[in-house]
Amino acid sequence: MTAERATDNPQVSEEGLQDSMDTLQDSMESRQHLLGSVAAQGVSKVFLPNSTSKVTALEDINLHISPGSFTTLIGPSGCGKSTLLRLVAGLIHPTQGVVQVNGKPADQARKDRDYGMAFQTASLFDWRTVRKNIELPLELMGWRRGARQQRAAEMLELVQLPEFADSYPSELSGGMQQRVAIARALAFKPTLLLMDEPFGALDEMTREHMQAELLHIWEETNTTIIFITHSIPEAVFLSTNVCVMTPRPGRISTQIEIDLGKRTDDTREREDFFASIVKVREALRSQEST
Amino acid sequence: MPDIRWWRKKILLACTGLAGLVALAGLYSLYKVIGRALDDGQRDWWFIGSMLPRSDDRNMPPIRDILAEFNQPTREGGDPLWNLIFDGVLFTLREALVGFVLGVVTGMVIAILLMRFLTLEKGAMPYIIASQTVPLIAIAPIIVIWGRKNFDFLPWEWQDWMSVSLIAVYLTFFPITVNGLRGLQSPNPDSKELMDSYAAGWWQTLWKLRLPASLPFLFPALKIAALASIIGAIVGEISSGQSDGLGFLILDFFTKYSTAPERLYAAIIGAALLGLFAAAVISLAEFILNVHRRQVANAQT
Repeated sequence: MTAERATDNPQVSEEGLQDSMDTLQDSMESRQHLLGSVAAQGVSKVFLPNSTSKVTALEDINLHISPGSFTTLIGPSGCGKSTLLRLVAGLIHPTQGVVQVNGKPADQARKDRDYGMAFQTASLFDWRTVRKNIELPLELMGWRRGARQQRAAEMLELVQLPEFADSYPSELSGGMQQRVAIARALAFKPTLLLMDEPFGALDEMTREHMQAELLHIWEETNTTIIFITHSIPEAVFLSTNVCVMTPRPGRISTQIEIDLGKRTDDTREREDFFASIVKVREALRSQEST
Repeated sequence: MPDIRWWRKKILLACTGLAGLVALAGLYSLYKVIGRALDDGQRDWWFIGSMLPRSDDRNMPPIRDILAEFNQPTREGGDPLWNLIFDGVLFTLREALVGFVLGVVTGMVIAILLMRFLTLEKGAMPYIIASQTVPLIAIAPIIVIWGRKNFDFLPWEWQDWMSVSLIAVYLTFFPITVNGLRGLQSPNPDSKELMDSYAAGWWQTLWKLRLPASLPFLFPALKIAALASIIGAIVGEISSGQSDGLGFLILDFFTKYSTAPERLYAAIIGAALLGLFAAAVISLAEFILNVHRRQVANAQT
């Protein structure tokens, strides 16, 4: 990704090239440890601040997400999970505080295409084939056709759907559509993947299968993932870090680290898996009583 | 690759179409038979009879005569009627086609502007709707006179058929604007956020998301617009005195109806065939662009 960007500007003169390479090297080194990191400091978000129906969606959010981690945001409806994710995505802007992605402002990270995003609906364009859907972000970034096709084939391999390259989304099951959406989100190899309840509409069996699939992709790509869910077992099974959120106004009440090692199907039946579920459930419960 | 079942379906469809045509001709002839019986002095006995349209050969020429008329020259030593109608259809088709293309472009540009500037939609929509309630017969001569007098700044010589095309544009753009706007606004919030998350610009979002998403909405409107452009061209010819097209033939045969009613019927058949042709071309384009598949996908979400 960064290597491709370095060759983006071929008109620089010889010495100038050396200089800019050096500065690029410096800035790359200084940001290297921040690649894939997210930091929110004192962030709040108020919708319609000047109206009588103003809504404080988020208040005083402090969040540090380290590179390569898998963070889940969990909480009741209306606790601002989606708002927080959109703040990280730079799609909306905080009323107060700063959100940084890869060590730069979230909006800049959006413009630099530092993250990929997946939604509850797969949101595939149904006039494009699966392959063309995955190529969409690459087209927008001005990639050449050959490179696009090659990457799309790679991504289809990653989500294990290579035989569906020329199918249309309507010919795929819900789970397959979500896998394509994930492939599309990862097509340009972003350092960060934002997922807004991507498995919410799937049945339980498909869901568990998709969870295993996602973990496999996560291990293979080393991408930082922020994942929204309503399901406690899903949060525990997937993440290294669960953020429990409370509504009105939305806050992060508890952060729970999950250490279950490498997840397999057996993990779901292990003692410490249940223990972690209980921990998250109690954290969710305790806020109800207060 | 279309299989046997696909072909069977198509053949069945063609048969249904032919059967419809035969049934229509049959009903027409049957009514003539009943009507003739009524006309033979029995109308008074059967009081309903006096309310039904007359079915003598002047008011309803026999189908055989209408078909035979196609081969007759309209005047001594002239071309047969079908030749005249064919030329008229071609001439009107050209006017309608130019009007259709310009109308679709105009309609889409207006739809995109309305989509881009939401306040414009609220403010301009009443005028766009009002424009369609103005009688075409009234503005057609104005456009023709304008064409002759005011368009001399153009690098080419303005001809009356171009004015007729402009009249067709006036009828064509409306369905395109209305359906196009709905289509452009049809992508769900997730799709728009997706494009935002890729930092896609307004034009990129228009080109990659909104325009393709509008196609299933656009094709029904294109069919209406194609027919509207033909009606616009025919009415435009009649009210502008254009003397080469189908509209003129209809007007001409109307004045000679009392001596040769078959000709007006023949001209109407010509107009109907032109309309069918236009609708078929749009359907073919829809089929090639595979819009049907998209609609299936839309229905699922």
